Amino acid sequence: MNEIELLNWARGPGLAYATAIMFFGLSIRVIEILSLGRPEELAEVRDSGVRDGWLMILKRSLPEVRHWKYITASYIFHIGLLVVIFFFIPHTHLFRDVFGIFWGGWPNYIIDFFTVLSIAGMLYTLVARFYDPARRILSKMSDYLAWLVTFLPLVTGYMAFHRLGLDYTTMLAVHILSVELLMIAIPISKLTHVVTFTMARWYTGSNQGRRGVRS
Amino acid sequence: MSTSFQQGINVLKKVIDAPIAAYFSSCTSCGLCAQACIFYTETGNPKYTPIRRVEPMRRIWEQEFTLVGKAKKLLGLSKPVTGQDLKDNVELAFESCTTCGRCTMVCPVGNDIVYMIRRMREGLTAAGLAPKSLQAAAVRTLEKGSVMGFPLKTLEAMIQAAEKETGIKINIDEPNVDYLLLLSSAEVMQFNEIIGALAQIFKEAGVSWTFSSDAYEAGNPGMHMGASEIEAQMINRIVKAAEQLHIKNVISPECGHAYMAIRWEGPNVIGRPYPFKVFHIIEVLDNLRKEGRLKTTGLESERITFHDPCQAARRGGVNQPQRNLLNMVTSNFIEMTDNQSCNWCCGGGGGMNTIESAEPLVKKVFNRKKKQIDELDVTTVVTMCATCRNTLEEGIEENNMNIEVMGLTELLANHLLKEKKS
Repeated sequence: MNEIELLNWARGPGLAYATAIMFFGLSIRVIEILSLGRPEELAEVRDSGVRDGWLMILKRSLPEVRHWKYITASYIFHIGLLVVIFFFIPHTHLFRDVFGIFWGGWPNYIIDFFTVLSIAGMLYTLVARFYDPARRILSKMSDYLAWLVTFLPLVTGYMAFHRLGLDYTTMLAVHILSVELLMIAIPISKLTHVVTFTMARWYTGSNQGRRGVRS
Repeated sequence: MSTSFQQGINVLKKVIDAPIAAYFSSCTSCGLCAQACIFYTETGNPKYTPIRRVEPMRRIWEQEFTLVGKAKKLLGLSKPVTGQDLKDNVELAFESCTTCGRCTMVCPVGNDIVYMIRRMREGLTAAGLAPKSLQAAAVRTLEKGSVMGFPLKTLEAMIQAAEKETGIKINIDEPNVDYLLLLSSAEVMQFNEIIGALAQIFKEAGVSWTFSSDAYEAGNPGMHMGASEIEAQMINRIVKAAEQLHIKNVISPECGHAYMAIRWEGPNVIGRPYPFKVFHIIEVLDNLRKEGRLKTTGLESERITFHDPCQAARRGGVNQPQRNLLNMVTSNFIEMTDNQSCNWCCGGGGGMNTIESAEPLVKKVFNRKKKQIDELDVTTVVTMCATCRNTLEEGIEENNMNIEVMGLTELLANHLLKEKKS
């Protein structure tokens, strides 16, 4: 298999398999959660909890300012990653081709800025896993692997765009393959949170709302 | 109740529900919960990181309720939870956690960690691992009627003393009145001025109320233990008394966990809605204020702050009534930097003040409350929970702070406008 064939496989069947695995896997994860059910609330509630469930989903995304030292790097990394995934022009073309929706991309220099920001944010979170006692004690091999599979697409994408390392075709293939690795890892690791955080926030927010606690 | 390791595991499997599965699926081990926990911030020991307190439960969830976990188990890649794992968890789930829920307020993915710790306690209790002092408190409540083990006679003596002091007759077992009042043991034994205070407030407001000789204790060690059968027995005692006396409103006293037990958990542990409403005493007083039935005179001019009890405020939703009432009787009320849902716990709740081995840790983590109070330069801390009050008084004494601690009801009674009625 030469580099052209590798790229074609990565872009074609590879991407199709990874997408299928990610969506199928995530569906299973969601079903696993829902099938466990939630106990009925028999206490007289102050509110249905619906409003606070939604509020929690939205508001918990706002930064907890009092812990800014602890969270800034994670915020930068998450925002940067979302910008790069959804607003890099070639990515938007891919989404248009697959889903038929086009929202326009952002100029390359902006994407480049966010890529570097994300990489820096991720490196900081890795360092923090070692030096912060609470994160260190919580971190298992799976946490470091989850970090790695998220980091690889950022770095390989940056390298491909700037023609660094391998020849462009091979680098692009490696980038796409690293994205596919990430997509497969999402439903089988803690990266599942990309979907289930909405459920976690919903359950907590609606519970709090029922009791009249602000979300 | 018979207990064994296997029963503990069975209970843990049973209590894992959709919220818990969503929480474990979403945790990214970010460690932010530690920053919200007094046991971490005041000791610096990462073993107290809140989400670690439920690690055995997480492993059971992964191995039993996820496809990936089942595959790992088949391949021998994950170890089953052992009796030793559960024993080691007792310190984290019971002896260094007040279930204050501050961690829940900061978790980026919104995990309600205390929801999980409470279920973890259920598993440990079923495995026979609940701290002995909590078990003893539960036995006292079931056998003698109160957490501290005093009989009805003791309460009757306190009632008589309050009647003598106030000249107001206090009912026991009076049917068809507006309210059934419950008290916590600490109120009867240490802060019994509350009985006279309420008698006066209710008389002025024209509220009819009674104690019940069958159910006067609102404290519920069954809840702290995570022993839902015991918790339900204690709740049922109150439900039965209210039903027999045909009472439509039950008052939970100035006690955070009692409020959580009777107001929010009660119907769920007994498996049916109540035929009556439950209010925290401070909610009742605030309603009387709104109706113009609670009238006060004079204002405290000293700098006064308020300590929000976790179970009533952050977990129970009673945040505004205490502020409305404080503003009625103080002119210099100062909020703590972190207040209401983000208040720091006193360190004594969740059964911690009952667990003897936890005493040094309770003293140590009080340091956070001390810092919070010190920066305000106040003369008085008011609260609405007997356990908080106890912990605050002990911590303040231990640290030689010159601060008075008061219950909010008592403060209001001091300012009660008494109108002469025929």
